[in-house]
This record gives sequence, structure tokens and C-alpha cells, in this order.
Amino acid sequence: MMTTRTTELLVGIFIVIGSASLFMLAMQVSNLSTYSGDEGFEVEARFTDASGLKVRSPVVMAGVTLGRVTNISFDEQTFKAVVKMKIENQYSKLPIKTSANIYTAGLLGEKYVGLLPGSVDDQCEDEKLAAELEGRAPDTQGLECGPQYLAQGTTIEFTQGSLVLEKLIAQFVSQMGSSDSKKDEPEEHP
Amino acid sequence: MRNSIENLGHKGLDFFQRLGRGNILFAHILIGIPGLFLRPSLIIQQVFSVGVLSFVIILVSGLFVGMVLGLQGYNTLVKFGAEESLGVVVALSLVRELGPVVTALLFAGRAGSALTAEIGLMKATEQLSAMEMMAVDPIRRVLAPRFLAGFISMPFLAAIFSAVGVNGGYFVGVGLLGVDEGAYWSQMQANVDYEGDIINGVIKSFAFGVVVTWIAVFEGHDAIPTSEGVSRATTRTVVHSALAILALDFILTALMFGES
Repeated sequence: MMTTRTTELLVGIFIVIGSASLFMLAMQVSNLSTYSGDEGFEVEARFTDASGLKVRSPVVMAGVTLGRVTNISFDEQTFKAVVKMKIENQYSKLPIKTSANIYTAGLLGEKYVGLLPGSVDDQCEDEKLAAELEGRAPDTQGLECGPQYLAQGTTIEFTQGSLVLEKLIAQFVSQMGSSDSKKDEPEEHP
Repeated sequence: MRNSIENLGHKGLDFFQRLGRGNILFAHILIGIPGLFLRPSLIIQQVFSVGVLSFVIILVSGLFVGMVLGLQGYNTLVKFGAEESLGVVVALSLVRELGPVVTALLFAGRAGSALTAEIGLMKATEQLSAMEMMAVDPIRRVLAPRFLAGFISMPFLAAIFSAVGVNGGYFVGVGLLGVDEGAYWSQMQANVDYEGDIINGVIKSFAFGVVVTWIAVFEGHDAIPTSEGVSRATTRTVVHSALAILALDFILTALMFGES
């Protein structure tokens, strides 16, 4: 019969190894280490087609993941998909005219939202330039001065939805058909 | 004709009686558990005999299951030029299914049968009755610590199984077959979800731990106090545990991964 101390020691070692395995599974195997938590600001974008996009799909600029898609819903007024995404707080200086596109990773890969930077859209600067050209005093009343960045609740205006393979093929085929129809009876050609 | 129907009815009644006794025993054990924390040495002793002694078989089977997954996964994936996804295949199948299920099956064979035999023999040699004579509740003193030990040990064993299996797959895939090391881990991390996969796997192993130790403890306590009865009870533990694990696994999988 083993002494109580040895038993306790072995049980202690067992629990340490078990916890270490759990920790290893959490950190090494799963995405917990890359999970940044809920810190971030939410922006919105409306796409004509968001097929293939899922909640938790990455939001990417220049190949770097800046955030995740948090919600996808449908707007009955405009018949567009409303995609909400959370971008990490450290990326607070994305220009307001950033455009959003839905891309596919690889040939058959996952869909993700790709952001392309645009201008920072300083309305005061625009007004000053316009006033200088027209030779009048700049009127900055009611305009938002300073560079504009994406922030909590802003909407990305320039979007392009996913490319659906069937649509592309249909477009391609109809173009082929219209160019062939001039030749008359295209089906008879082998 | 009449005899066979009577026989059927007898078996049905028997089944429900056993089910009822099992549930009453379960409730008794649950009532007995809080008092155990006053005497942690009882739990430690049982975690040793239930968990630590199952450690080696879990370690070795985890390693080999992981290695086989690595080999088989590689052979299939390489046909599609997707051998970079080997890490995902190995990790997901281990964490979601094989880790909890195979661990529970091995646990039922290694620890569950031992529990049943031990308690059954205690009953056959009237040690349990002797305890009652001394005003010691055998359910609290003998059954509850064993049940709690199984409940504690199972998730740890399943986690060890999965972790060792992932490393076994790594050893075969990266070490022997030449899958890219970075792709193995990064694809795994990108596709295994902490809450969705790891936590659900742990919840599964908790559920299996409860079911296996409950069946083992009940069969031992309910055994006919003869050597033949104990041997039958031990067999029943392994068979019923295995069936319960697989059925429960289907239900849990449908609940956890069904909608996505």
C-alpha cells in the first residue's frame, strides 16, 4: 500500500498535467490566443450581395485582420444586406471614405470583408480650397473640421458585394450568346 | 404465448425498477457529496485509483490515435492537395469527438469495471452492511467519493488524450510525412474555436464522467452478492457504459454542433 504522501503527490502531478493539457488545447490548438475580446468599435456597411459571409468572418485591410463581422441582417427598405463589423480600437485612424468589398480567400475559400483605404475627407479643407478658387472668404460654419475617421456607428458608403459564380457565368454566357446571335443559328455549329 | 408476455412484462418491470433504484442512488450520492469536502483525503485517494491509474492507458492510446489520424488524414488530404489542413482534421476530430468518447470508453473499461468489482465485492463480503451497523452511511463513505473522483478525473483525462493526440498527429504529419510545421499549427488555430470546440469537448467529457461513474457505482451497489453476481455486474458496467456514452454523444453532438 502506497503512503498517503505519495498518493497525494501523484494526484497533484496528475491534476497539473491535466490542467496543462487543457491550457495547451486552449492556447495552442484553438483561436483563443488570437481572440482580442470585445474591445473595438462597430461600423456598418450595406452590400447588394453578402452571400457566403458569416458572423466572425475576418475584416481585412492590406492582408491584416483588423476585426470581425459581428452581425448580418437584411434591410427591407433597400433590399440590401446590412453587415455590422467590429474593428479593434487600435485601428482608430481608418479614413472615412474607406470602401468595403467582399472577397474570397483562395479559389474555394472563406469569404471575408476587405477594406480599401480612401481619403480622410476633411470638409474644412475642401471648403477652403473651393473658396480660394472662387475668390471668397471660406465659410466653415456647420462643417466638420479635421480629418474624418471611421468610428463607432459610422457607415461605410462604398461597397461591393460578393461575386456569385452563377451570376458571373450567366453574364458570360449571355454575352457569348449575344455575340453569337449575329452569326445566326449558333447551335448548329459542332 | 401467455408465458412469453408475462416474461416481457417481468423484464419491463425489472428494467424500470432498476432505473428507479439507479436514480434514487444518484440522488443519495449527490446529497453525500457536500460532506466530502470536510474529508478531502477520501477524494484524493479515489482520484488516485480512478484517475492516476488510468493515466498511462490514456496517454498511450491518445498518442496512437493521434498518430493514426495523422497518417490517415494525410493520405486522404494529399489527394486534394490540402495536406496543410491536416492540423485542423486532427485537432477537430480529437477535441470534438475522439477525445471525450474514446477516453470515456477506456475509462469505463479501466476504472468503471474496477469500481464495480470493488463495490460489488464489498457488498458480497458484507463490508457495506458492517458499515451500516457502525452507523456509517456506505453511500456517503464509499460511493460518493468514487463518483466525485470520476467526475473530476474524466475531463482531465480527456484533455490529456486530446493534447497528446494533437502532438502525435504533429509527430507523424510534420516529422515523418513532411507537412509544413507552420501550416499545421496556424491552420489549426484558425479553425478550432475555443468556445465552440474546446469548451464543448470539456462539457462532453464531464457528462461522460457522470454517466460512466454513475453506472459503475450503481452496478456495484446493485450487484447480487455472489461471485457470479459481481462478475455479471462488472460486464454490465462496461456494456451499459459504452452504449450510454455513444448514445449520449450523439445527443450532445446534435445539441452542440447541430445548428451550425
